[in-house]
Amino acid sequence: MTSSELSTEAVLDAERRRHSLLAIADRYLTWVTTPLLILAFIGLWKLYIVVFNVSPFMLPPPEAVGKSLLELMSQPFFWNYFRITVTEIVSGFAIAVVIGAVLGVLLGKLKLFERIASPFIVASQVTPKVALMPLFLLWMGFGMQSKIAMVVLLSFFPVMKSTILGVRSISPEQRDLFTVIQAPGWKRVWSLDIPAVLPYLLTGVETASVLAVTGAIVGEYLGGNEGLGAMVVMTLNAMRVDQMFATIVALACFGFIFYALIASIRKVAVPWHDSAQQP
Amino acid sequence: MTVAPMADVPDPTRPSPALSGSIQIENVTKVYQSRGQRTVGVENINLAIEPGEFVVLIGRSGCGKSTLLRTLAGLQPPTTGRIRINEKSLYQDDGRIVPRVIGDLGFVFQDANLLPWRSVWKNIALPLEVQKVPKEKRRLRAEQLAELAGLKEFLDHLPKALSGGMRQRVAIMRALAAEPSILLMDEPFSALDAITRDELNLALQDIWLRYRKTVVLVTHSITEAAFLADRIVLLSPHPGRVQRIIPVPFERPRPLSITKSVEFQALVSELRVELGE
Ligand SMILES: Nc1ncnc2c1ncn2[C@@H]1O[C@H](COP(=O)(O)OP(=O)(O)OP(=O)(O)O)[C@@H](O)[C@H]1O
Ligand SMILES: [Mg+2]
Repeated sequence: MTSSELSTEAVLDAERRRHSLLAIADRYLTWVTTPLLILAFIGLWKLYIVVFNVSPFMLPPPEAVGKSLLELMSQPFFWNYFRITVTEIVSGFAIAVVIGAVLGVLLGKLKLFERIASPFIVASQVTPKVALMPLFLLWMGFGMQSKIAMVVLLSFFPVMKSTILGVRSISPEQRDLFTVIQAPGWKRVWSLDIPAVLPYLLTGVETASVLAVTGAIVGEYLGGNEGLGAMVVMTLNAMRVDQMFATIVALACFGFIFYALIASIRKVAVPWHDSAQQP
Repeated sequence: MTVAPMADVPDPTRPSPALSGSIQIENVTKVYQSRGQRTVGVENINLAIEPGEFVVLIGRSGCGKSTLLRTLAGLQPPTTGRIRINEKSLYQDDGRIVPRVIGDLGFVFQDANLLPWRSVWKNIALPLEVQKVPKEKRRLRAEQLAELAGLKEFLDHLPKALSGGMRQRVAIMRALAAEPSILLMDEPFSALDAITRDELNLALQDIWLRYRKTVVLVTHSITEAAFLADRIVLLSPHPGRVQRIIPVPFERPRPLSITKSVEFQALVSELRVELGE
């Protein structure tokens, strides 16, 4: 009897250990796979250039891009450009989130308002937004404002759309519950509206964070002599394809970090929601 | 599973000696107007419910059970007629509710209707937040109620970690949290399997015996009605009217085995006939 108990205990123990190992492996899986895949990608890139003898003006080898990136990063003007682009992205994104959330709440709550406003909002989205950039330049000049406007125009829509969905996700029964307990207006907003809308809002905000980067870069392509987007054009004109690639790599890194930061809000803000369970 | 033994639980909800929780429904008619369509929800309902009484509303689908219950809960004023809770009008003349009066009600929804972002204890304590009860007291009260519902280990769990039956228990405890004298329940157990349903019927009876809330419960189940009720109110459809009121004489506490007794079966058959099944 004792021996069988012992062996049960041993089996359980082994099982527990196996599980914790699996858990650790699971947790750090991407810490291993991501660098490996990036290395593999760089390897293929190099291999392609060597095998097909690609001209560095078409596709510079990875080491040249890396070298250019380090070079650029040692220059103050690069960081100045970086700061400009990041300012455009972050401020445009913040404005877009506020506008999108406010419009979303209004449109979600007031059916009439939605019916009146939605043709214009849809129109603002089906219009090729990039085509409006010259207009923004005309109105706001070549400084940051015109780019921020492009960022806002590009990224408020998903925030608004998902906020509307969030507001509509609140069931009549949930509202009835707050009526029965005689909750005052602020209590409804704080304990029902905000928590219910939050997971939806975050979905829109994540999409917006991606579009914000695109907006700033496109704005700078079309009308800029400052910022990383403008630098892509300049380096291309100067036939410094290696520097162009380096700039794109820098932009991609920033975009990735920005998105990851925004996406990580979900686990903290709405841990109760199913969407927070995915790794 | 029945509720936890009561000796070790302090009992702040015991009603004052002068039992409160009376309901008078006087000539209540509710007509819905939507897009020119006129639907009569209930018509000319008269019913007086005593403090501490357990009343079950039963009737065919669409006969106005939810309509009547929602009207009692202060969620929609009657088109004509009057509702009085503890002798005081529930609705003002303009159709708005009188604030103090509805403080006397707890409502249990069909599908638990818990807030998924709140832990069990915070769901239970929600009505207390509105009443500005300090946090430690809310927690204490939630603990007492969770113990009563056999959910003490789940206080800090999210609703999604609970089974349907457990969720419905939490919903009942939430309705009890603010110590109302009246508990209104709209098909609270209809989404549950038969065994869980029996369990919760027993638990509800225990709670009721202990606290003597006035309960108005809507159900589709004849057995449930006969098991729980002091009086069964049968509503007839189109328009919803009181068809018959049937007193249920069985002694309390009623064991589940009572449903097998001859008297019980006789009552069930009678109800079947009345309902035209
Ligand atoms: N909000 C509403 N608008 C219009 N008509 C309604 C509304 N709510 C209920 N009705 C109508 O009132 C009548 C009674 O409905 P009610 O929901 O009270 O029935 P019920 O007895 O609860 O039915 P069930 O057993 O199916 O829940 C039905 O004819 C229904 O169509
Ligand atoms: Mg109903």
